[in-house]
Amino acid sequence: MSIAITTQFICFIILSLVVIIGALGVVLLESIVYSAFLLGGVFMSVAGLYLLLNASFVAAAQVLVYVGAVNVLIIFAIMLVNKKEDLKPINDIKSRRVISLSICLTLLSLLIRVDLTNVWRLSSPQNSIGEESTIRIGEHLFSDYLLPFEVASVLLLMAMIGAIVLARRDVMSKDISTGLPVDQELIEKSSEPLLTNKN
Amino acid sequence: MNLESIPLQAFLIVSSALFCIGIWGLLNSRNAVRVLMSIELMLNAVNINLMAFSSFIDNNLIQGQVFTIFVITVAAAEAAVGLAILLSLYRNRVTVDMESFNLLKW
Repeated sequence: MSIAITTQFICFIILSLVVIIGALGVVLLESIVYSAFLLGGVFMSVAGLYLLLNASFVAAAQVLVYVGAVNVLIIFAIMLVNKKEDLKPINDIKSRRVISLSICLTLLSLLIRVDLTNVWRLSSPQNSIGEESTIRIGEHLFSDYLLPFEVASVLLLMAMIGAIVLARRDVMSKDISTGLPVDQELIEKSSEPLLTNKN
Repeated sequence: MNLESIPLQAFLIVSSALFCIGIWGLLNSRNAVRVLMSIELMLNAVNINLMAFSSFIDNNLIQGQVFTIFVITVAAAEAAVGLAILLSLYRNRVTVDMESFNLLKW
């Protein structure tokens, strides 16, 4: 990469601060809509980190898939299930918070210790491939990773059909094998429409 | 500052912190959508790890970047199916509170 090293450091520090603070905001903020938009910011900064690592194709894929698809999907899900509800208080929430926080901090200290003390066997000319990485990814996908590439397409098809089947609203009124009417209460709890009861 | 590039450890520390924040959110969220967001955060942490190793250790055959592409694919499929499950769950239970989904509790 042809950017000066000081600029790279400044970009890295800004991007990683945005990643960490944005992730904390995603987890800690009260409003779920703010969390969703902060999540988009985190995804964009992760794409920036990929650009610092000379991976322009993966950065573009990250922006397209995560920000363009996953984040929009999450925002749509929030729109569909956004009902103000009073959560029941949990009686031992304090101890639960403390235990989970200590587990996470222990794991974090363990990971950082491994990161800092392990001797990484770095390859000597760093970032030598640079702009060629897109060509290399294409070669990989059509030679030695051809089978996973094809299986991924089948996986996406299965996920698409599964999502449609799970999320569709109309259920069959008759059982296919016996022809008897289906007890709808078992399938779907009768409730008022979700979107029309806003006042 | 006379380093020739950003050290590998900096990327690893950022991804470790992101992963632990994701785990904390996964354990502590009441809203099911936020749980899915935490899972996406953890997947992104793993992706940063893979990309850093592919750039610093395996920079001729960039297999880490290919793995990242596959992880992004699987994450997209997971998000679609997860949100569909969430929608049908909301339709049946009329809540997204994680504490009320205790059907499999023994």
